Amino acid sequence: MKAITSAHVKEIISIVKTGRVLTNESDRYSYSFDGSFGTYLPDVVIQTKSVEELAALVKLANREKIPVYPRGQATSLSGGPLPVKGGMVFDLSVMDDLLEIHEEDLVAIVSPGVLTSNIHHAAERKGLMYPPDPSSSHVSTIGGNLAENSGGPRGLKYGVTKDYVIGLEMITPQGEIIRTGGRTVKNVTGYDLTKLIVGSEGTLGIITKAILRLIPKPPASETVMAIFNSLVDAGRAISKILSSGILPSKMELMDQASIIAVENYQPSGLPRDAEALILIELDGHPSAVIDEAEQVSKVCKEVGARKVTIPKTKAETEEVWKARKLVSPAIVRIKPTKISEDATVPRSKIPEMCRRLQEIKKKYNVHLVVFGHAGDGNLHPNIIADKSDKEEMRRVELAVTEIFEAAVQLGGTLSGEHGIGTMKAPFMEMELGAEGLDMMKKIKQAWDPNNIMNPGKIFPEPGQKLVLSE
Amino acid sequence: MNHDLEQLKEEIKYEKTNSCVQCGYCLPVCPTYATMGKETHSPRGRINLVKMVGEGKITDLSVLEEPMDLCLGCRACETACPTGVEYGGILEAARAAITRRKKFSVPVQTLRNTLFKEVFPSRKAMNFIGNSMWLYEKSGIQKLARKSGLVKKLPSHLGEFEAITPPAVSPWERSSLLRVTPAKGDKKYTVAFFVGCVMDAMFRKINHLSVKLLSEAGCDVIVIENQTCCGALHAHTGELEESKGLAKRNIAAFEKEEVDFIVNNAGGCGAMLIEYDHLLADEPLWVERAKRFSEKTKDISQILVLCGGIKSKDCLPQRVTYQRSCHMTNVLKVTKEPLQLIKSVPNVEFIEMNDANMCCGSAGIYNIVNYDASMEILDQKMENVKHSNATTIITTNPGCLIQMKLGIERENLNGSMRAVHLVEFLAEATGIL
Repeated sequence: MKAITSAHVKEIISIVKTGRVLTNESDRYSYSFDGSFGTYLPDVVIQTKSVEELAALVKLANREKIPVYPRGQATSLSGGPLPVKGGMVFDLSVMDDLLEIHEEDLVAIVSPGVLTSNIHHAAERKGLMYPPDPSSSHVSTIGGNLAENSGGPRGLKYGVTKDYVIGLEMITPQGEIIRTGGRTVKNVTGYDLTKLIVGSEGTLGIITKAILRLIPKPPASETVMAIFNSLVDAGRAISKILSSGILPSKMELMDQASIIAVENYQPSGLPRDAEALILIELDGHPSAVIDEAEQVSKVCKEVGARKVTIPKTKAETEEVWKARKLVSPAIVRIKPTKISEDATVPRSKIPEMCRRLQEIKKKYNVHLVVFGHAGDGNLHPNIIADKSDKEEMRRVELAVTEIFEAAVQLGGTLSGEHGIGTMKAPFMEMELGAEGLDMMKKIKQAWDPNNIMNPGKIFPEPGQKLVLSE
Repeated sequence: MNHDLEQLKEEIKYEKTNSCVQCGYCLPVCPTYATMGKETHSPRGRINLVKMVGEGKITDLSVLEEPMDLCLGCRACETACPTGVEYGGILEAARAAITRRKKFSVPVQTLRNTLFKEVFPSRKAMNFIGNSMWLYEKSGIQKLARKSGLVKKLPSHLGEFEAITPPAVSPWERSSLLRVTPAKGDKKYTVAFFVGCVMDAMFRKINHLSVKLLSEAGCDVIVIENQTCCGALHAHTGELEESKGLAKRNIAAFEKEEVDFIVNNAGGCGAMLIEYDHLLADEPLWVERAKRFSEKTKDISQILVLCGGIKSKDCLPQRVTYQRSCHMTNVLKVTKEPLQLIKSVPNVEFIEMNDANMCCGSAGIYNIVNYDASMEILDQKMENVKHSNATTIITTNPGCLIQMKLGIERENLNGSMRAVHLVEFLAEATGIL
């Protein structure tokens, strides 16, 4: 890996004819972070809408072995866009011009800087739906979603980003522009490079265009809220609903710590003494969702819910979901540092994972809050701490490590939707085994022999450990 | 060294930056991120720059100067922020730290002293400047100011501002407000009216109408003699000590009268007045007094609604839209009352424009000192205004009023569209105009 020289900067400026090259200290620091931990100063930041210019820059980077870091709007919770080894940051959020909905083909064609929520709105205007809905969709770019293979609450029924990508245009680490897949749902021509690129966290190339699959928008939805005296009962209710022949579109969990945090922040009439509540959304045909809501409430009561409600009006429904939205802002009022994990377990193991998390919370005496997309096993254990308290952060590191171990032991995974990036890299071998990880490394080496694309991500450096106390 | 860094951390309010989790939820609502297109000009980016100073990674504070200068201070990011970051406080502390370390040339220092210490705070001086565009009249000062970087573009664009300066008012209207204007009918409240400096100098007619509306609504209105500028323009340009001095003068002046509320008609002033308790938080002798002052501070729309609204006559049909004052929305959090009053006027068709909460680019004196940046933001705003097909744009702050008038001028919409203060609009509707 080489440092950038002034001759390199000159060459970069000569390539970027239609955009901007930022080299000021204030600009470089402004592209040194994301939504996770740490700041890493890039040497230059490039903003251009031209795919050809970007490809030429990658050619230069490959020739001179300069690291390249693609970046959307840096909402990443795993360190995906962090320029950990300096070099060039490509700010792809400027590529926000292309957003076409083709109703006949049920596809959307987008450039990487388009905000995910703009795709939602454009599809909805034509009666269609783009299902992946990460909670940052009003800020995050589709390029970032593709690189990280983002999920969201609707993952339970509809799957995640990769399930809706059928074609890509990308720049290879050699600076060539290639196309993968196409605009047909069925396509078995050769290796499925599309699926390989989606979720590769920018380590195999730069996505410059995507063809996304759309589905008809369900006409109706119903919400059920169930309150439980025991978190494990809530976990059992989730498993039982899922095995009762109903597939809700969302199933969200709030534990007691998050209920209390919300009540302290903006009283919403939730019971402070309940150990858990779950929110279930059903979507589909109007009469079907009413019937399913009844069945879901029956199941919850059988498992021992102390109260089940089905909001009657739109306003009541919004009120119920608002409480869930308030969890994130509410918990950071307790302490400023939030370590947001997304370890995921098979659906049948949700109650067991809930139990393990409570043990970890006690064992390390950390402020652990559990909420999230419980229905797909993607619990969000969040640890709330204060990063200036070194001793506490050390306990947090141990707790996070044990959360990963628990998830893997239960047949789950380190990351359901945030990606590996920098923070989870040290745990890769634990989940994949040395040989499994080695196969991934071989793919990376074949694609990017000079290791210029987003170096320092996914694969751990020798001896790398989780460090949260800077 | 370490001691110095600890002191600097204190000075720039480093601990406040830690509540930013860099989620980026502020990006879509930030006008300068939209027009300038880089993180350096986003709330998250600016907070990070302050963080870097506090962590000793950036040692030269002048690196922060342009990003901080180009912030409008609209504080839409605070409304969007899920973790409650106090962006306004971080911005002001950073600007003050930069100002303290900056060596102004002698003429520029003289200008700053004149403007901030003698012109804004003095009702006499502001009266003297009177109803014409005071900055224009003071263009001798502006020439000096150009060098400071405080005023970058001014003289070449003065003509545009002149074109939208309110017409001269009659001697009756120029006369001072009465000390006491009794309530019409049953008295509901006693209120002290905060006249403001720019409102008083440029828009005294609106101040007169405000007093009339309050009196019609059932308030005894007192105009306290020794009041002064709210200090917002000082705080926003890094002159924190000056703004604290003005706050104390106002607190002392208003304490002399027993009133239910202190009422103003400018969102920008209101936001400053309501935060006097934050401004003086480190001064034990003042903080309680500041709290009492802030608690009594209300926007005129709140008081009119509290008094049961206005008595409208039958009006001609018109299509109106409302350009919110950012500080009214994001700091005072007064959002419902102006709409309620507008919609209560018969025959008014209210149309919400797209991105209604986006700043218009006026932002105190931002449109003068950062002319190009401001006009880019204004042009985006005017696209949304035109799309709404409204013929009247209502505003609740003098800066916004000037900016919307300028927007109408720039788009050549004179004759088909007008900009008015909410008070003028309501005065028209009640027939007191």
